[in-house]
Amino acid sequence: MATLFGINLFALSGQLLVGLINGSFYALLSLGLAIIFGLLKIINFAQGAMYMLGAFFAWMALNYMGINYWVALILVPIAVGGIAILIERYLVRPIANEDHLYSLLLTFGIALILQGLFTHIYGSSGLPYSIPAELKGGTKLPFMYLPNYRAWIIVSSLIVCLGTWWVIEKTKLGAYLRAGTENPQLMQGFGINVPLITTLTFGFGVALAGFAGVLAAPVYSVSPEMGSNILIVVFAIVVIGGMGSIGGAILTGLLMGVVEGLTKFFYPEASTTVIFMFMVIVLLLKPAGLFGKEA
Amino acid sequence: MKINKLYVFLLALALVAPTVVYPVFLMKVLCFALFACAFNLLLGFVGLLSFGHAAFLGTGGYVTGYLMLQTGISPELGILAGTACAAVLGGIYGKLAVKREGIYFAMVTLALAQLAFFFYLQAPWTGGEDGLQGVPRGKLLGMIDLSDNMTMYYFVLAIFLFGFWMVHRTVHSPFGQILKAIRENEPRAVSLGYNVNDYKWAAFVISAALAGLAGSTKTLVFQLASLTDVHWHMSGEVVLMTLLGGMGTIFGPLVGAGVVVTIQNYMSGGELGNYIHIIMGVIFIVCVLAFRSGIVGEFQKLVKKNFN
Repeated sequence: MATLFGINLFALSGQLLVGLINGSFYALLSLGLAIIFGLLKIINFAQGAMYMLGAFFAWMALNYMGINYWVALILVPIAVGGIAILIERYLVRPIANEDHLYSLLLTFGIALILQGLFTHIYGSSGLPYSIPAELKGGTKLPFMYLPNYRAWIIVSSLIVCLGTWWVIEKTKLGAYLRAGTENPQLMQGFGINVPLITTLTFGFGVALAGFAGVLAAPVYSVSPEMGSNILIVVFAIVVIGGMGSIGGAILTGLLMGVVEGLTKFFYPEASTTVIFMFMVIVLLLKPAGLFGKEA
Repeated sequence: MKINKLYVFLLALALVAPTVVYPVFLMKVLCFALFACAFNLLLGFVGLLSFGHAAFLGTGGYVTGYLMLQTGISPELGILAGTACAAVLGGIYGKLAVKREGIYFAMVTLALAQLAFFFYLQAPWTGGEDGLQGVPRGKLLGMIDLSDNMTMYYFVLAIFLFGFWMVHRTVHSPFGQILKAIRENEPRAVSLGYNVNDYKWAAFVISAALAGLAGSTKTLVFQLASLTDVHWHMSGEVVLMTLLGGMGTIFGPLVGAGVVVTIQNYMSGGELGNYIHIIMGVIFIVCVLAFRSGIVGEFQKLVKKNFN
């Protein structure tokens, strides 16, 4: 067994891998929150429930319709995004001019309904979803054993995150989005359909959560509780990173996953709370967040 | 003077209520009403949405429960200790939370409350998943036995009235006026020379202490302190009670707590238990979309429109 300074490298790299995987999910979810916050100035409390919905849709697609993982990976985010578009259009938009706390409470209500509904139908124990055949097995690296599916989670979520970042920072569509974040009235004055962009942004931000849900289905058991547990951690991550920057949201998500993984190795008792502790430290030292712009 | 008659009538109603309605149910309503009043002090009168008030309810509950179980001190001291601990925690959490505003404030308080949740889950003295069971109610001032539900009810009513009076007093003091000024126009309050964050913090501590008082009392009533009290669902419930009853009104939280506890009691018995979260979610959405002033707020509007 490989050791360095008395540290078990096998176990350490194993926890680092778990940390990176969790970090990938944190990154996808906080990226979605940041995109939505940028344009709508609201926090989607249902982001966790939508992640859960993504995982359940993947499970239902496989078990009721025989749709395999790869097709689900494309279709489920579209379905989840579609639901989000309806939510934005008929529930969020009517209160867009009210205090933004109301939209937080509205999406909290949606999250309660979704979680309650799936608990009622499927119970709270969790359903298994097997790893697709193409990604079974693993690769033996010199210092650890790397299951293929886990590598796939990290790679695919990185691709999606970086792709999103690229679209927002480098393309014309992204320029509209950034302009809308700065000054929606002015942009509307230029003849750009801001309400449409807002709706699509909300849909896309939530679709990211749906995508994360499908990715998560084979590694975590598919359960109604899966969304709320991760969401509160993601909120802390959003506070740590600040929502001013898209790249910041991705980086903070990955970083916090790794911090959590390291804590699991060195001091497991604190692994559930380390991210919240980190948030406290950031609030004390740099209240606006690591990448935050506001004072 | 109309108001005074209303207060007297409600007090009389509260005094005779346990002869008609099951006292434990009434005590539950009073505990949650106090919790909601404490929460409303922040949301309704300072405009701060805390999504982590369960941490204070739970802290009050666990500390009182532990002391009553382990040291056998009298219940009034147990409650005092629980309230004090909740106030201290509120002091710490408040200092951190007031550094951010609006939606961030809600997220920070939620995350801090989750920190408290994991603490109570893992701490060796809280009984983990089981919680603290069989907490004795003890003898008030060493003389009055509280194990009788009727006696306990009047003790809880006294505590509730004290908390309610505290909120009322705070809101109608010069301090309360500054809080309202902060809610209405924070930059202006700053420009008038008020240290806004200190005022927010003070309001947060009062609110946390009263939430702790509610939690301590609740532990004595049910002789149980459990993780339910510190779970984020509980933080959501108190938001719902306040929103449904009418935030920023004096009686709103009381009405909201009454309605929500009644729904919960009615549903938890039968097959409908599974629907409770769905129904709460629906109430949230309806309140936010169409009913933002809540029951008491809408009622006041109605009275204003028709009787003035």
